[in-house]
Amino acid sequence: MTLDSPAVKPVGDGGDPVGATTSPAGARPSLRRRRPSPWRRRLSRWDTRLSPYLYISPFFVLFLLVGMFPLGYTAWVSVHQWGLLSGQGDFIGLDNYARVIEDRYFWNALRNTVSIFVLSSVPQVVIALVLAALLDTQLRGRTLWRMSVLIPFVVAPAAVALIFGNVFGDRYGLVNEGLQAIGLDPIRWHVDTLASHVAIASMVNWRWTGYNALIFLAAMQAVPRELYESACLDGAGRVRQFLSITLPMIRPTLLFVIITSTIGGLQIFAEPRLFDTQGLGGSDRQYQTLTMYLWELGWRVRDLGMASAVAWLLFLIIIVFALVNLVVSRRVGALGGRR
Amino acid sequence: MNRRPGFLVYGLLTAFVLGSCLPLYWSFLVGSHSRDVLTERVPPLLPGGHFFENAQRAFEAVPFWKALGNSLLVSTTVATSVVFFSTLAGFAFAKLAFKGRTALLVFVVATLAVPTQLGVIPLFIVMAELGWVGSMWALIVPGMVTAFGVFFMRQYLIDAVPDELIEAARVDGCSMLRTFWNVALPAARPAAAILWLFTFMATWTDFFWPLIVLPASNPTVQIALQQLQSGYYVDYSLVLAGAAISTIPLLVLFVLTGRQLVAGIMQGAVKG
Repeated sequence: MTLDSPAVKPVGDGGDPVGATTSPAGARPSLRRRRPSPWRRRLSRWDTRLSPYLYISPFFVLFLLVGMFPLGYTAWVSVHQWGLLSGQGDFIGLDNYARVIEDRYFWNALRNTVSIFVLSSVPQVVIALVLAALLDTQLRGRTLWRMSVLIPFVVAPAAVALIFGNVFGDRYGLVNEGLQAIGLDPIRWHVDTLASHVAIASMVNWRWTGYNALIFLAAMQAVPRELYESACLDGAGRVRQFLSITLPMIRPTLLFVIITSTIGGLQIFAEPRLFDTQGLGGSDRQYQTLTMYLWELGWRVRDLGMASAVAWLLFLIIIVFALVNLVVSRRVGALGGRR
Repeated sequence: MNRRPGFLVYGLLTAFVLGSCLPLYWSFLVGSHSRDVLTERVPPLLPGGHFFENAQRAFEAVPFWKALGNSLLVSTTVATSVVFFSTLAGFAFAKLAFKGRTALLVFVVATLAVPTQLGVIPLFIVMAELGWVGSMWALIVPGMVTAFGVFFMRQYLIDAVPDELIEAARVDGCSMLRTFWNVALPAARPAAAILWLFTFMATWTDFFWPLIVLPASNPTVQIALQQLQSGYYVDYSLVLAGAAISTIPLLVLFVLTGRQLVAGIMQGAVKG
């Protein structure tokens, strides 16, 4: 990284007798002339020693208060009877967890969440990789193309959900009209379980594919071009180059995207919540996700104890998924590298 | 090697970009027609003349102006606070030596993977105790710092400020605070701008937490949108006009700062 000139300049002005960066040699005599008093030196030493802690403390204090403490306190709430209005009740051990695990809607929500997650993450990564490969060429108007694929990212999930809820309308929806126009039967997007998952996953895919493509693009541009040249000399085609050079070289980035989309994808809320007007995930909860289930328990059923149990279970599920992803991607990547 | 793209590449890219714009255009299209248009067999291809009428109805149905003001206030405050505290902590982690630095940094990185969203229940209990439920404080205070911000600024500052420059400033008698203010802060400007933008957008688009703590009478934009859709009969020309309006502020921001957003995403990928 080069030095920005504004970073250099302010050091010199503002009353300092000698410009710090312009002539380091000239600084020495001035120091000798004005020997700092012991008091000043001690002050300076304390400054050096304490300042780092002072600078990181606002972050840590606030983060512990609004980030870590709530996570731990969730566990405390989850082992008590705790109503939204009545507040803390008796200690009941793991009863809340047992009630959640016996609730068929919990398993329903877990199934829906995983299904929507798979439908949204797999196509998203694949399409983003292809898109990044397309962008990783000597395009005219490079910046404009890169900006264009990012457009969906500025539309909030809530707005996306309203728009797609209309596009995937069971009657008069754009998609169904199109299907009927080419002689196919309309699909009941808001009724059929799998169809609703596809519709919701398409919202996530639409919003995030371009964003992830840019991440992949950055990684692809860091691949040394000589590798492609020698592969070209060896007679490898575009597709072969992509599979044998690009993919193995960008594996860390691939992992990063997969893990972050796991953490985000399993918490999906706004899209399914606004897919219909009732906000409970369909007449038979065909598309109620875990976060929606948590919300329903906490703010409809008004049982914060049970909702906290769901929060902890969701947390554990996310960790398990992230670890499984990590292991599987490592395996697959290692196989690809050996080929 | 010849990597100059042909028609196929441009064709595929164009198709993708069209797909990216289509839902937004559809939102504006439906929002600019009267509500009967949806029942027609073939949807119209061009916008109609009812956009302002629909927008006006949306502003009457829900407190949209208030929502816009609230969103602007919360997003600006949160983004500015995150940038300030992240730069301060990021500077310490990147450039200052102190006991426990590595361990504390590992803690920051580890918490990147922790979905703090899952702490909503205790956070709600605390907000209720403080009497902040229903007010913007409930949105601002929990958003004031992020682990991501600290890590992001640290990664940037580690290369952006040479150690010699800090030493030189110290030798010259700059206090730590002045070194931060006059050396680190100016160098951090490009990264700070990117962090500000992303935090602003994330706060603006947040839905889950505002839904929990805000009442219908004092919403953010996303919550106002949700209210537009409630009820048994959905008037889509009203709802989609609202969706289009809610996107305009971010679209403007995107037109002004799209380059930085792209650069930010691509930088984060290489360093993260």
